[in-house]
Amino acid sequence: MSTPLLEVRGLRMHFPITEGIIARRQLGEVKAVDGVDLTIAKGETLGLVGESGCGKTTMGRCILRLETPTGGEIRYNGVDIATLGRRDLMALRRRIQVIFQDPYSSLNPRMKVAAILGEPMKVHGIVPDARKRADRVRELLSLCGLNPSFADRYPHEMSGGQRQRVGIARALALEPEFIVCDEAVSALDVSIQAQIINLLEDLREKLNLTYLFIAHDLSVVRHLCQRVAVMYLGRVVELASCDEVFENPLHPYTKALLAAVPVPDPTVEAGRVVQPLSGEVPSPINPPSGCVFHPRCPIAVDACKRERPEPREHRPGHWAACSQIA
Amino acid sequence: MAPLPLLEVKNLCTEFRTGAGVVHAVDGISYTVEQGETVAIVGESGSGKSVGALSLLRLIPDPPGRITAGEVIFAGRNLLALSEDEMRQVRGGDIGMVFQEPMTSLNPVLTIGRQITETLEQHRGADRAECDRRANELLRLVGIADAPRRLKQYPHQLSGGMRQRVMIAIALACDPKLIIADEPTTALDVTIQAQILELMQRLTHQLGVALIIITHNLGVVARYADRVNVMYAGRIIETGRSADIYHTPHHPYTMALLRSVPRLDRPRQARLDPIEGQPPDLTRLDQGCSFRARCRFAVDQCAAARPPLVPVGAAGQSAACWRSAELAAEAA
Repeated sequence: MSTPLLEVRGLRMHFPITEGIIARRQLGEVKAVDGVDLTIAKGETLGLVGESGCGKTTMGRCILRLETPTGGEIRYNGVDIATLGRRDLMALRRRIQVIFQDPYSSLNPRMKVAAILGEPMKVHGIVPDARKRADRVRELLSLCGLNPSFADRYPHEMSGGQRQRVGIARALALEPEFIVCDEAVSALDVSIQAQIINLLEDLREKLNLTYLFIAHDLSVVRHLCQRVAVMYLGRVVELASCDEVFENPLHPYTKALLAAVPVPDPTVEAGRVVQPLSGEVPSPINPPSGCVFHPRCPIAVDACKRERPEPREHRPGHWAACSQIA
Repeated sequence: MAPLPLLEVKNLCTEFRTGAGVVHAVDGISYTVEQGETVAIVGESGSGKSVGALSLLRLIPDPPGRITAGEVIFAGRNLLALSEDEMRQVRGGDIGMVFQEPMTSLNPVLTIGRQITETLEQHRGADRAECDRRANELLRLVGIADAPRRLKQYPHQLSGGMRQRVMIAIALACDPKLIIADEPTTALDVTIQAQILELMQRLTHQLGVALIIITHNLGVVARYADRVNVMYAGRIIETGRSADIYHTPHHPYTMALLRSVPRLDRPRQARLDPIEGQPPDLTRLDQGCSFRARCRFAVDQCAAARPPLVPVGAAGQSAACWRSAELAAEAA
């Protein structure tokens, strides 16, 4: 297999918890990401799913180098991004971009769309000429399904779906090859959500993009992604092709997650018994010993409290971190 | 003759006066809720589903909002005609509420115990010992272990799911006949959402409480609701039993909504089928159907007049579309 576009090895992101303003004492750490391995091939869409606090957004931020990981490495095209200096980092930012969840807070309310889309081009000096930049802004808007006249609007003059299209256009302004979509469709109404999902798919084909698609909505992930990584409390518990994860989940957490999603069909639902997972996600400050899932796991045995299960390949390309899978 | 429904909403209208004009957030909705029944109200942001529910309890901030017309007959009384004092007895008494944000709808400076007993004192005039006993019982009912300790805690010491259980306990405190739950699980993770919804279903069935659940999640509706009202631009555009709405929708919006969501229980589609365009501006509605700009079946008649909600399809099903009978026949 050729080298992947992005390779994450043993990634750790522990945030310190401190007390005191002058004399800082460290009280502990939040293990937001605790030893994650992943690869993403060029042109692939990898879904990253899990509940709040599982570390999926922190993963995305590390890959964007908005956080400096406390351990492990992230290789983009074979280069460890943690070692990049200022200039190389600028170059990296042209190739990796991000689409955020909330189209209300991620656009500057005092800037017109033209300025929002023009700024990255100006900063990176890729379209220095103002008139050409204006042309490029119009081009980006129509690429994202907006009328070019939207260039003169402020964010408050647009609906949520239209703002998210501007957010996507901004991510595309620097012609990146890799985009981190952090809950990019979660805040949108269903009818608009489908429009944006289709747009992301079209752009992926047209511009040959690679996505890391972070989401908590499993049905959206299944629709859009080729492979899925399921995270729980800072770790990847299952990683496989989309079809494998959804047709044939191995990890008890993945199974519980899938069972918790009601499907829009009353007849199917009437015949389905839901046994919700008991308890709640424990704190990442003091995660459970051994397998982090054991306190909620329906099949846990004593050994799960002691030994942390490493991911094993149960079928070709299907990894799960559970010692109880036959 | 059939017994009177628990709740009957007749031609309810609520509007907001804003700088941009008058927003007809709820524009003449009528529906009923029977005793012990679960009715879901679905729709997208701005469709009027929350405003409609808040209007039942007269919780619309005035100004800018105002209930301009209609009747809300609850257990034989028109809530819109009650005095403010009488209304206060209804809220939290015969009608309980569960809101979306368990963080902001609980008082951060009062203990959980105080917030439960306050309701009991206000409505039942219960004494201290009786209140404490009932609060303990309620927490156990909603599945919170170690009730005596939890009652002394503050909302910030509880997780989101736990807080929502407390909200449910407060809503149930005075043995209500109806609970209105406005997006009760939208802020929660999917495994916690399942816990909370299963709990609400079990309790409402067990205690015979009717439930109005407001949501945008079509899966939640399918699992938990007996009947559904689909709202668009301030009106109910389709209503009926859940199974009928999902299997034989008669309004193009309902059809399109159901088609636009990716589904875990079906093979992956090559492409989603979204509803193109945007919801209309509620200050600029005309005399025609408000969905026609996004409707692929729109004809001239749709611009001329607004279609009324009329019975069509299965028993109890109605849709507000000039072409619903014809479209459903085509789809079948």
